[in-house]
Amino acid sequence: MSALLGLTAHELQKLLRKKEISSGDLVKEQLHKIKQVEGEINAFITIAEKEALRKAQNVDKKRSRGEELSPLAGIPMALSDNFLTEGIRTTGASKMLENFIPPYSATVVEKLQAAETVLLGKCNLEEMGLGATTENSLFGSTHNPHDLQAVPGGACGGAAAAVAAEEAVFALGTDTGGDLRQPASFCGVIGFKPTYGTVSRYGIISGASSLDQAGPLTRDMTDCALVMNVISGHDPLDSLSVAPNNAKDYTSFLVNDIKGLKIGIPKEYLEGVDPEIIAWLQQAAAKLEELGAHCEEVSLPYRDAVLSTYQIIAAAEGSTNLARFDGVRYGFRAEGEDLDTFYKKTRGQGFGAEVKKNIILGTYVLSAERYETYYLQALKVRTLIKEELEKKLQDYDCLLLPTTSTVAFNFSDERAKALAGETAVLTCPANLAGIPALSLPWGRVKDRPVGMQFLGRAFAEETLFRIGFALEQKTNLTRLSPKGKGVC
Amino acid sequence: MKLTQNELERIADSAKLELSAEESQNYTQALQARLEQMEVLKQIEASQVEPTIDLLPLTNVFREDKVEKGLTKEQVFANAVEVENDCFKVPRII
Repeated sequence: MSALLGLTAHELQKLLRKKEISSGDLVKEQLHKIKQVEGEINAFITIAEKEALRKAQNVDKKRSRGEELSPLAGIPMALSDNFLTEGIRTTGASKMLENFIPPYSATVVEKLQAAETVLLGKCNLEEMGLGATTENSLFGSTHNPHDLQAVPGGACGGAAAAVAAEEAVFALGTDTGGDLRQPASFCGVIGFKPTYGTVSRYGIISGASSLDQAGPLTRDMTDCALVMNVISGHDPLDSLSVAPNNAKDYTSFLVNDIKGLKIGIPKEYLEGVDPEIIAWLQQAAAKLEELGAHCEEVSLPYRDAVLSTYQIIAAAEGSTNLARFDGVRYGFRAEGEDLDTFYKKTRGQGFGAEVKKNIILGTYVLSAERYETYYLQALKVRTLIKEELEKKLQDYDCLLLPTTSTVAFNFSDERAKALAGETAVLTCPANLAGIPALSLPWGRVKDRPVGMQFLGRAFAEETLFRIGFALEQKTNLTRLSPKGKGVC
Repeated sequence: MKLTQNELERIADSAKLELSAEESQNYTQALQARLEQMEVLKQIEASQVEPTIDLLPLTNVFREDKVEKGLTKEQVFANAVEVENDCFKVPRII
């Protein structure tokens, strides 16, 4: 039976429809696996065992009554613990929300529930989504299923590790500057950040509002399309979500034909990337050429400004969003003799070090004396970066670059850790420009997964799905099971 | 333009964060390093460039003003630490 757990959602759905398995059995098996490996992986903060079993039973009943069910009905999945789930604790991995039981669910959670998916639990992440290794969590570090000595990446390291370790069939995470794609790459699963405005942000703990998008972590492109079909679309509760007429069927993009596509490889972004990862990139380009696409080197000179621009905007917006945590209406509360002391003690004790540093940086760049030098300048340079990317994407159908400059590094590797933030230079351009980006597993270096990244035009997700689908049909490099390694 | 510990403490104060002496020393060092890296932006000529504030070319759309289902009072107060007379209770303000 354990062979079930490595399968994709669409493979499992076939078995469910043929009644060869039931959702109840599948969920029980999944919960058993979680119990087996969690001691070493720590991908979950909260496991919703009772709720999951109840939901699975309901789906099985509906199926036995012959009701028409969605392609994801009865499939066990996980959510990063920054998606609000009504009645199920949502912590943001922070002391500030350690015991917070949301009174409502995020729009995407409601959509997944309406599609009859089964929520197994809430996954570990960096506190309030800030960081790149999933070590700064109130609930301890998550370990990479491919090698327990290695970090899973972050911020959504728990969600990526859960999918990789076969603890969930798919998961949702959020991506502010690569928080979904970088852990996807480190853990050997697919991570997709949609165009800004495609997926509702309502009910997701805000990171940086002009950069945040939620997206799927899956084992293959078909699952990625099926999840996008459920979670995308207009939401009146998110004023920056796209109009209803933009609704798409992502499965229609799964076309095994990339003949004639023009793909640019931005040379500046290859600086500082591990030569073995560059070799995989060249191999990917050769494979794309073989399939009829045309790859060539392009230049994006604003690369050196990307990281600072991102950090300033992310800190400014993040510090503003984090102002809501004041201990009054919900969350952690410290004692204070007057209101000012109460606020300061609550926030000083409720937030961890990374969050506090980020709030201070954001407040600094927004302060009256520094606003023009830092924040306004970053917004202007953002325009230059965005226009540079958009212009290049007029000439090319998409851009190809690695998702990370190294593979997952060890917890003890302080030097690599110091560089971890800098590898965001490869992922944050997509957030700054609001364009879609796909991270696809692509081989291994030193036994740890490598990810290739494709950036597309805004609202032209089709190209990325075609490329991902065509590549996974032609190679086995995109399915990187940790079996025989780590704990699986 | 170096961030001093005094300045950091002033910023933390306005962001309503109580820091220990050790924290403010550590954060000053860490943020100094990050601000130094950000110097790169000053070298970019962007005086005539429009700042990107909105990513999507959207205009305001006003919805009809109708009553929608919201949270109940019980739900709103469910996560509060202190409630009195259907109000959130906080320390004395004045």
